[in-house]
Amino acid sequence: MEEKLTLFKNRKRFGIEKNIDIIFKNTALVLSSFVAIILLGIILVVFFQSFESFSRYGLKFLVTSEWNPVKDEYGAFTAIYGTLVTSFLSLLITIPLGVGTAIFITEDFVPKVFREIIGSFVELLAAIPSVVLGLWAIFVMEPFFRAFFVFLHNFFGWIPLFSTEPTGRNSLLAILILVVMLLPIVTSIARDSLNQVPKKLRNAAYGIGASRWKTIFSVILPAALSGIMAGILLALGRAMGETMAVTMIIGNSNAFSWSLLSPGYTISSMLANQFGEADGSQVSSLFYAAFVLMILSLIVNIFAQWLVKKFSLKY
Amino acid sequence: MNSLYYQKRLSRNIGDKFFTSLSVICALIAILPLIFLVTYILIKGGSQITPELFALEPNPPGDDLDAGGINPALIGTLIITTIASIIAIPVGVGGGIYLAEYSKGGAFSRFIRFGVNVLAGVPSIIAGVFIYALIVSTKILFGSMYSGLAGGMALSILMLPTVIKTTDEGLKLVPNELRYASLGVGASMYTTILKVTLPSAFRSIATGVVLGIARAAGETAPLIFTALFSYYYITGFGDLFYEMGSLAVLIYNFALEPYDAQNKLAWAASFILVLSILSVNIFSRILAAFTEKTKRV
Repeated sequence: MEEKLTLFKNRKRFGIEKNIDIIFKNTALVLSSFVAIILLGIILVVFFQSFESFSRYGLKFLVTSEWNPVKDEYGAFTAIYGTLVTSFLSLLITIPLGVGTAIFITEDFVPKVFREIIGSFVELLAAIPSVVLGLWAIFVMEPFFRAFFVFLHNFFGWIPLFSTEPTGRNSLLAILILVVMLLPIVTSIARDSLNQVPKKLRNAAYGIGASRWKTIFSVILPAALSGIMAGILLALGRAMGETMAVTMIIGNSNAFSWSLLSPGYTISSMLANQFGEADGSQVSSLFYAAFVLMILSLIVNIFAQWLVKKFSLKY
Repeated sequence: MNSLYYQKRLSRNIGDKFFTSLSVICALIAILPLIFLVTYILIKGGSQITPELFALEPNPPGDDLDAGGINPALIGTLIITTIASIIAIPVGVGGGIYLAEYSKGGAFSRFIRFGVNVLAGVPSIIAGVFIYALIVSTKILFGSMYSGLAGGMALSILMLPTVIKTTDEGLKLVPNELRYASLGVGASMYTTILKVTLPSAFRSIATGVVLGIARAAGETAPLIFTALFSYYYITGFGDLFYEMGSLAVLIYNFALEPYDAQNKLAWAASFILVLSILSVNIFSRILAAFTEKTKRV
């Protein structure tokens, strides 16, 4: 008994063990702050590199479309317009398709096994590298849609969006490949938020005599709306920053045109194309464009996170 | 007429039929091209696979018919992804440990979690631009400009959020009783984490990390002006400091060449990339489903 008590009294942590504990905790702390350091580093580095161009052109950079390394004149309007148009229009096509597919997977139209296969298949597609999609777009999609684009131009040429003669790669193809890339994102997030709507709500709606689609439109979709919106915003951020597939298919031309059937530019495709060979004030202008892209995607992402936090389902 | 029976002509039933078929059409429009895409890549790329492909260097584009192989790009992808993992996994797991085990939900940890989500949304090309400004243009790595090492760093920025998130979420799923038990028998905090909580969350963390690696392996945008591209065999350690090829950049470069031989090489590289990424994904899905069923806690 006596012996045991002394043992107990002497059972203290060794100093070295305590120190290891402290070192371990602080290492973890430092490692976790790396995220913040990298994030701030990215913002600061891109900002300071773009400073020369920023002080020279100011906000005029955003609204002029001259991009001429020979005359040393830079304006990124074509690229910014291209980024916004391709991402918004692709989202416009993706939303009904993606949400429709998500409803199809979450309702019981077909047996559960099929729905799960379709669901995981869609998720797998998100894993396909965008450069491979770009390759596919060049060699399969472009020839496939060529006749359709000619038709579009012949019959709807009076609309400015289709006013140019289609010649190979163009913005509309970039929009279509973006749809392929965004579908998995929107579908899987919409499916998850639809699945999270409690069954009680559905049963209650059925109980008072609502039909299936009345229930979906008036009960289930509104309840899942915040999640779906967040998914849409994430997809928007992804569309704006998407580089490879778009670069390969959009045609990369800085000549501004309202028409979707003419080659265009996005900020990311401009970076991918020119960064390697740029020098002098062109580099700074490219950093300026990168800064604009970063701010756009930061705004969209932060807004998406805020939306999730603010309106997340509370049942 | 008995109102208890289903009436086809009722406007609500017609509307229901309409919307049901609409959602079926949506699903078809969404899924058919995707199925077509995958089979096309696998068939078109698979038909280009030959043994020489894995052994030879790619020939510089020209009108000669023989394009060579993709050996340097294949090895390059493995090296660059390994570098990225060596950087991102320790940092990410360490950061995740802090968030899940030490932080008490204060302002700092909320800020870091927010930062993780924001960093995950940063366009991949921005990571390339950042590393270009920080490392390539400053020649900070022993005077080398474009290098495999810089490419690996750019990829690690993309992997980091995934690793932190999966570690954080994996550790949060470990029941607190395990921690109490370990601390109760006198283990210190780091012993508890290293010997008890991390091992019990190992599978979910590993799955997430492997998926992150697979995603990074297909990323192109951060590499095109950090690692650039190379036509030559990787022979030794010193090659880390020079331009390094990768499958993704090879696909990008050769898809835009006007020559058929190079295009075929791009398809072959796509086949290898897609097949490995898909099989990693499917395998980890099966593993995850399997663990779900056998979970004891």
